[in-house]
Amino acid sequence: MPSVPQFALVDVNNFYVSCERVFNPKLEGIPLVVLSNNDGCAVARSNEVKSLGVKMGTPWFKMKHFARQHGIVTYSSNYSLYGDMSNRVVATLRTFTPDLEVYSIDESFLRIETVASLYGGAIPMGQQIRQRIRQWTGLPVCVGIAPTKTLAKFANHLAKKHSAFDGVCDLHALTHPERLAWMLRIEVGEIWGIGPKIAQRLHAMGIHTVLDLYRASSKTMRAQFSIVMERIGHELHGIPCLELEDVQPRKQILSSRSFGAPVESLEALREAVASYLATAAEKLRRQQSVAGAVHVLLMTNRFKEHEPQYNPSITIPLNEACDDTLRLTAAALKGLEAIYRSGFYYKKAGVILTLLSDKAQRPVSLFDDATTHKKSEKLMVTLDVINRTFGQGTIRSAACGIEQPWAMRAESRSPRYTTRWDELPAVQ
Amino acid sequence: MMLFIYTVMPMPSTCLIQPIPTLSQIPMDLAREPASLELRLLAHRISAGFPSPASDYVEEGLDLNTYLVRNKPATFLFTVKGDSMIGASIEEGDKVIVDRSLTPRHDDIVVAVVDGEYTLKRLYQHGNRIELHAENPTYLPITFRGGTELQIWGVVVGVVRRYSTRG
Repeated sequence: MPSVPQFALVDVNNFYVSCERVFNPKLEGIPLVVLSNNDGCAVARSNEVKSLGVKMGTPWFKMKHFARQHGIVTYSSNYSLYGDMSNRVVATLRTFTPDLEVYSIDESFLRIETVASLYGGAIPMGQQIRQRIRQWTGLPVCVGIAPTKTLAKFANHLAKKHSAFDGVCDLHALTHPERLAWMLRIEVGEIWGIGPKIAQRLHAMGIHTVLDLYRASSKTMRAQFSIVMERIGHELHGIPCLELEDVQPRKQILSSRSFGAPVESLEALREAVASYLATAAEKLRRQQSVAGAVHVLLMTNRFKEHEPQYNPSITIPLNEACDDTLRLTAAALKGLEAIYRSGFYYKKAGVILTLLSDKAQRPVSLFDDATTHKKSEKLMVTLDVINRTFGQGTIRSAACGIEQPWAMRAESRSPRYTTRWDELPAVQ
Repeated sequence: MMLFIYTVMPMPSTCLIQPIPTLSQIPMDLAREPASLELRLLAHRISAGFPSPASDYVEEGLDLNTYLVRNKPATFLFTVKGDSMIGASIEEGDKVIVDRSLTPRHDDIVVAVVDGEYTLKRLYQHGNRIELHAENPTYLPITFRGGTELQIWGVVVGVVRRYSTRG
């Protein structure tokens, strides 16, 4: 039954910037930048800003003058809004197929080979995905379709950068010479999983374009780099062999595992999720970052076709980015409870820390050492009860500080349009 | 895509029913997946022996979320300012529920974008004429002449009001 796989990568264009525009029509066509945690640097740029030559991650204090000169509007990160909009995009994608993997806050992979014919083929399906997400959420997306995830990413890049594709690029629909011609035009560093350092080493070996890598011998790649690089080579030839864990987006931390035996109960999943979270949070602190949202996912075993399948996921945005295991755990468990359904055999669970940014000068967390999740869970419950009774923030972990002299700078955060009663958009 | 799950629960006593989402979870909950239908199916008690005829009529309680929100990912809330829709019983401070997935039709109340601002009006469409009508005689209709594009943000499907003087 399984035919050639067809992956569709759906990616929101300039995600944070596009979210801001949905709720503020005046921002349409205006150069717009969203700044990271603490207003440190540019983390999202509108096309207008990109064409002014502003690079991702530019420290913003250096840019104040330039921004004024060019009328660039800046916003602080609005994690609540981006997390909620991300969930809406995923829910909309699930109306096309439940066979979906959320890869990051603004990207999802869909398996479409069994359903594409319902929409008249892969490209018409891609166009309907674009149209529906645009209509339901107001967000613009591009779709890349190919037999492997690496190629789907590549196709998505083409769809985004070249207007001839009208937002949907299906590599199957191109002839072989056409595909090679596109590979010749794209720099090797654009390929999924090839970071700047590896790209440099590849350049030194004379591998500059995607086509060069496509033609490189897989044995050499394996000898010079790693098995992952060899797999990237296979994937470029249309042989699927990469799992999500193999290639992680730069700006997130994934911690997930397949269970030895299928798991059914919420209690067992809570323990798994809490312990994965502890691992991810430790890594987060090690790299001096803070997370703005926690993503939780569950998977049943897709190879057991006779068993009911359920692959839910959810993004829980935090009010303030943090690296506190307790707060992150609470968010993850809240997410787990929201998506858990009984009656399924779960094969895998995972958490993804996302919306990462550099931690600014903050006191060292008291809870940096891995506290056992049981303990933190209990503490969290008590804390919640007290905060619910006496007001948010009555008790918080000392890691957050009491006076919060460092309190996050978010000078120009837009309202939390979709998650707060008192911040809803107004209509006359 | 809705999953229907049937589980057989052998114990004769009433099963625990997970709480159905309530209005307090709007709008935080708007982005989540519809859950209540699945939970309702699970709530049926299946016992050995003859099924109770009453089990066909298990009461589920009333859920304002499902009454007001038909398509969660596409549904948003706005706070109403001003009195332009007073004739349609929409007042300052009301929350309107806006569904972006619906195609706007003549006579719908819509949220439109005019000069970069959101406006709440009734859509009037007759032949080539497209106008936005207030429901208040002191406001003139907004008309659109050839070449100008009317941008409709979403269709209003409900309104909620809470009397804040109590509770």
